[in-house]
Amino acid sequence: MGTVVSFDVPAAAGAGGSLDDAVRWLHWVDRVFSPYRPDSDVSLLAAAEITVDGCAPEVAEVITSCAALRLFSGGYFSAAPDGVFDPSGYVKGWAVERCAEILSRAGSVSHLVNGGGDVQCVGGRSSSGEPWRVGIADPRRPGRLALVVEAADSAVATSGTAERGAHIVNPRAGRPASGLASLTVVGPSLALADAFATAAFAMGPSLARDWTESLDGYHAYAIMPSGDTWQTSGFAAHIAAD
Amino acid sequence: MRGVVVAVVVTVAGLVALLSFKTHTSSAERAVASTGNLSPLLPGEHAVIGRAVPTVYGPVQVRVVEQARKIVAVDILQHPAETGMDIQIGQYAFPKLVGETLAAQSARIDTVSGATYTSGGYISSLQSALDGKSAVGKQSAVGKQSALSGGA
Repeated sequence: MGTVVSFDVPAAAGAGGSLDDAVRWLHWVDRVFSPYRPDSDVSLLAAAEITVDGCAPEVAEVITSCAALRLFSGGYFSAAPDGVFDPSGYVKGWAVERCAEILSRAGSVSHLVNGGGDVQCVGGRSSSGEPWRVGIADPRRPGRLALVVEAADSAVATSGTAERGAHIVNPRAGRPASGLASLTVVGPSLALADAFATAAFAMGPSLARDWTESLDGYHAYAIMPSGDTWQTSGFAAHIAAD
Repeated sequence: MRGVVVAVVVTVAGLVALLSFKTHTSSAERAVASTGNLSPLLPGEHAVIGRAVPTVYGPVQVRVVEQARKIVAVDILQHPAETGMDIQIGQYAFPKLVGETLAAQSARIDTVSGATYTSGGYISSLQSALDGKSAVGKQSAVGKQSALSGGA
């Protein structure tokens, strides 16, 4: 399944500018990390046809980050959720965050990158400098928004079952995670926000609430299958007033 | 001079799985419904036609109508119509996408977090509509592009 990546960038980043570099980066990530490509580094590594030394150096970087996140989450985040090496759960957020960095390095101070619903914001809206406004999809009413988050220099990542059904595996139990309809994490880094959202979703509601409350600089909002919601103490500051 | 690329990818596989309907064949020839009756543009309105995007189930193409920097209508120019399920989707899902695109206007949002499989179609449709709308509105300051990435 392909993922749509959408950019909101200053005009100078367009035609021939850093936007092209960001798009090239995404295609490179796909070639190296896609588990759907039999010749990707990740596929060859999963099949034990090459070793990490034979991969692009970014593969080792991703493996290291996944290992750290696995420890940090008590095993609820895994680069092999179904027993086969597949770091896709980390790579998407990481690659999108790196896209935003590519644009920043080229001089942009106001842009937004959305990779399949995971969002990295830099600065605020270019026209007004106000925070970017990120709608959070309502998992119980497909196509509608549950709330709007204001994000400046922040990432927003959401994990959920929504219409796709249970697809996030609880790697500790070896079965699909249940108990939450969706969980959104807001914080500086999309790679981490995305991984935290995935891990918290796998934990289920009671464990996730305590764990996300303990995260420094990252705030969570959860929607239960019943429609009830809860949020960590820092999340309210992100909710748009209107 | 629009400087806009409107890329719409509507993924309907999730909805198909949800209702567990007939498996689609992978033949190159597909039935496609084309909408002949487009509402005529009123004075001050401006239409942006997205490119026809191939999906697993057939091509999808939309037209966005804008007035005063707001989307006032979205027309589905073509959508898959090979099976009864395709037609149901055409009658059920696309109007929903259109409604949400219009609703999103009032929410004043830049983007949406939390897309999954079928709503991936919704979000890319919504996102490209927002992209096209905003790019027209902020043409002098902002360029926009939707890029397609990812594997099979």
